[in-house]
Amino acid sequence: MAEKEKKEKPKIPRQKMPEQEPKVRAKNFNEVPFGYTPELAQLEASRCIQCKKPKCIEGCPVEIDIPAFIKLILERDFIGSARKLKERNSLPAICGRVCPQEDQCEKVCIVGKKEEPVAIGRLERFAADREREKGEVFIPERAPATGKKVAVVGSGPAGLTVAGDLILKGHEVTIFEALHKTGGVLIYGIPEFRLPKDIVQAEVNYLEQLGVKVECNCVIGRIETVDELFKEYDAIFLGLGAGLPQFLNVPGENFCGIYSANEYLTRSNLMKAYLFPQYDTPIARGKNVAVFGAGNVAMDSARTALRLGADTVRIIYRRSRDEMPARIEEIHHAEEEGVQFYLLTAPIKFLGDDNGWVTGVECLRMELGEPDESGRRRPVPIKGSEFQLECDLAVVAIGAGPNPLLPTTTPGLELNKRGYIVGDLETGKTSKPGVWAGGDIVTGSATVILAMGAGRKAANSIHDYLMSK
Amino acid sequence: MHKITYKREMAENTVCHFKVDAPRIARKAKPGQFVVLKANETGERIPLTMGGTDPSNGTIDLIFQVVGKSTALLRTLNVGDAIQDIIGPLGKPTHVENLGTMVCVGGGTGVAVMYPITKAYKEAGNHVIAIIGARTKDLLILEDEMKEASHDLRVTTDDGSYGHHGFVTDVLKKILDDQKEVKLVVGIGPVPMMKFLCKLTKGYGVKTMVSLNPIMVDATGMCGACRVTVGGKTMFCCVDGPEFDGHEVDYDELVKRQRAYLTEEKASMDRFKEIGR
Repeated sequence: MAEKEKKEKPKIPRQKMPEQEPKVRAKNFNEVPFGYTPELAQLEASRCIQCKKPKCIEGCPVEIDIPAFIKLILERDFIGSARKLKERNSLPAICGRVCPQEDQCEKVCIVGKKEEPVAIGRLERFAADREREKGEVFIPERAPATGKKVAVVGSGPAGLTVAGDLILKGHEVTIFEALHKTGGVLIYGIPEFRLPKDIVQAEVNYLEQLGVKVECNCVIGRIETVDELFKEYDAIFLGLGAGLPQFLNVPGENFCGIYSANEYLTRSNLMKAYLFPQYDTPIARGKNVAVFGAGNVAMDSARTALRLGADTVRIIYRRSRDEMPARIEEIHHAEEEGVQFYLLTAPIKFLGDDNGWVTGVECLRMELGEPDESGRRRPVPIKGSEFQLECDLAVVAIGAGPNPLLPTTTPGLELNKRGYIVGDLETGKTSKPGVWAGGDIVTGSATVILAMGAGRKAANSIHDYLMSK
Repeated sequence: MHKITYKREMAENTVCHFKVDAPRIARKAKPGQFVVLKANETGERIPLTMGGTDPSNGTIDLIFQVVGKSTALLRTLNVGDAIQDIIGPLGKPTHVENLGTMVCVGGGTGVAVMYPITKAYKEAGNHVIAIIGARTKDLLILEDEMKEASHDLRVTTDDGSYGHHGFVTDVLKKILDDQKEVKLVVGIGPVPMMKFLCKLTKGYGVKTMVSLNPIMVDATGMCGACRVTVGGKTMFCCVDGPEFDGHEVDYDELVKRQRAYLTEEKASMDRFKEIGR
């Protein structure tokens, strides 16, 4: 009995991160949580029971040694903890914020069997922030130069990971980015209040310090084709993301004031339209906003609309709450801030005025039928349930597809029937020799960490290829 | 950064011509393609069609009319100054082939877009009749260049201050009446001009291409800001265009979408006039 008591830690509850009050934060673009203080971090770290056979590591797509980095926090070696994280994950400050930990490491945490799991994501964020804020970013030593050159197309999470891994292995790496800023979806997609842009910039700066070259404003497929890149590069990684917006394909969708989530978020995040007119890019500020879809991007759009001054923001989703693909934390934050949820509701057409501006949307109520191919119960329209909702701004956030610009200019690159690049899930190899791909352009829209995992595997495969050439 | 190597004010100081260092774009660009530029850190991304390229000097020609804050700011730049970001070439190049006789119609600053396209059609062996028009004589641009690029140049002004008194469509109608063998009309200019031009050519059954200029953000097919309805289908002008079959375009929708930010554009311009940046 005494033996058992010794093993069981005293019941310390899972520590919350201090955060801005919902009413306050719904009016500004500052980050919502403030992050742990060192004391809170240590308290939370003390909840980890340092399992002999930790499940959390298996739950992590890049297999971070989670118990080890948490132990270092407990020992107040915060910088050591950050370095431990970086052995496996080059972007911990980002992953600590945007990973769906509840479906990964925290889902399988042993502590979580009896009580709430250890807040691994919050601890990851704490250690990474600490290292960055103290200016103690560690620059690891590079392997001797191999003389091999790698082109990385796209500077999102997959591309950044490939670049970071291969530069350390001694290869020359150049990242080509189509936009004027690096970071891909981390810059244009995820809002400042969820992922401050200076954190993304710091990660890119770190790669540049390692020797990675970055060329912005290069739309590969236009300024250079993949085949042309081979004149200079020995291997090419395509981390293009899912850069094609999907629309609802209902009448009236081209009225002004109807945005794809990509456009809405790009205007706000990349172009900083929320600071208009200090920044030149405008963005429509709706009073009544309808957001279609219920993933993280829909939550980001809805919360952005609130911060841009909307009175009413509605998430309109054709399935039920259980099927909403967004992270629980994002849904929770959106609800706290006042976003309303119209579930089991599908748009059938937009209404507009003489100037071509959207004024409303006609919807149908749905009920859940038999499961479809995704395993989720299929929404079925209820006859005669049409109703209208007023809106002066609408954002379509129902997913993104593969942008065809590069694939269609690259002969020999096999695509699947939906237009995504066919890449080996273990190595990232494509059908075209010397070309690897990973992240959303292979899997369809997924998470930052899965894109990083794909980048890691591709980097290993590219390294093997280059060294055997 | 892209240095401005040449600057010329045209058309009563409302149109400006820059040559800008952009060697890779100059090497790659083809007639009909465009660039997106962002003048500085706080600037917006605006699409501009290239009025030409000089691969040997590594420059591209940007000809733009001052229509809002971004173009007003651009005009304040001088030789030696730099534009922060230029992205291109974007869009599909003009499909140029030898068809026989064709007419190139440019209105306003659309003439700048039309110029390299006209040249390309002539080089491909076509007999090129060109019509250029402007509101008034002082706003007319690239007359000498268009004369050189075509076999037969007609000029119109709305107010009759130079050339034919009237619209480009008047002159085009006469050509279509006189010459039965016109195989293609290309029309580039303000939306109303393209709309009426297409109405006219449709009656004659002459294939007509237009180059559209909707609002864009990324211009790589990622955002859908530039969606236009062509033949009842939504297309992204930045990657599916900018040239489309003029008889299929929904011009009324295009005009409304181009005017989506009039209030913001005015606020931005007023602020620029007040603080000069």
